[in-house]
Amino acid sequence: MKGFQMDLISEHRLSEMAPVEKVRFIIDEVMSGKILVLEKGLSPEEEASLIEMTMTLIEPDGFSGIEMESYPSEVDTSFFGKILKKNALKTRLTVIGPADQLKTLKKDRDMISALVSASK
Amino acid sequence: MGVINKFKSNFSKFFTKLFKKQNARIGIYGPPNAGKTTLANRIIRDWTGDAMGSVSHVAHETRRARRREGVTIKADSSSITLDIIDTPGLATKIDFQEFMAQGMDEAESKRRAKEATEGVIESVKWLENLDGVILVMDATEDPFTQVNVTVIGNMEARQLPLLIVSNKVDLPDSSPSTIRDAFPQHPMVSISALEGKNVETLYEEIAKRFG
Repeated sequence: MKGFQMDLISEHRLSEMAPVEKVRFIIDEVMSGKILVLEKGLSPEEEASLIEMTMTLIEPDGFSGIEMESYPSEVDTSFFGKILKKNALKTRLTVIGPADQLKTLKKDRDMISALVSASK
Repeated sequence: MGVINKFKSNFSKFFTKLFKKQNARIGIYGPPNAGKTTLANRIIRDWTGDAMGSVSHVAHETRRARRREGVTIKADSSSITLDIIDTPGLATKIDFQEFMAQGMDEAESKRRAKEATEGVIESVKWLENLDGVILVMDATEDPFTQVNVTVIGNMEARQLPLLIVSNKVDLPDSSPSTIRDAFPQHPMVSISALEGKNVETLYEEIAKRFG
């Protein structure tokens, strides 16, 4: 059967990793052709690090980058969110895959529609 | 004597640091071809008479961040002096074949793609050294791009001021209301950086947000 591998990564799995480990893990998985769906996404700083590392790995005729789609963060208005001001953003579901296999068709505040190709 | 001079020097540095406020550093961010450099040129030209850099319809024309220090912007009731940083367009993918589609040869396209990746890295690094961001969006395009989401998230996480500029409102299919609806929690100004439409409102908002 021809197809692509899609891994659904739980919040728990990612929360056990340091930020640099998360970024490395995601890059390695995406470069091997997998589509990842992260239950809770990445922090904005981790997203920026992921973009930065992606750029260092782009090669002509090879890896051309990633397609990443996450919903805008939500401000945590809970009691603890207000106390821990620096972490008052609630991250949301994120889809990441190789740019030559994953294409976003439409996205709004609460829905991501994507096309996934089995071949590059 | 050397000790006294060193003490004097340190004392002077301390007071300079204490009382001489550095200009706020404001980065102009956005996806490729949103009109960042056109806006930077507009601001610099209006307030200093110079220009920041060249513009082009080909994406990733700006591949090095450019900084202009001490730009004083005067609004109705106040004025503010800023360091303006025009950053290369942010992207999550760069394919040299897109440059070839614009008529460049393969070698030139590969070189440009390489420079574009370096530009994106520079833009990301600048995020950590700013006091605020002007996020430029193309009002004819879908605003929910990952670049926009990531820049807004980073400013919110750092609790730094952000001003969204809905650019290219001179084009008939522009829809600034789509941008406003997408990110209602942040102030937005609709302009045409190319034609100078509504830039007075932008300057007032810059003075208000970053002052």
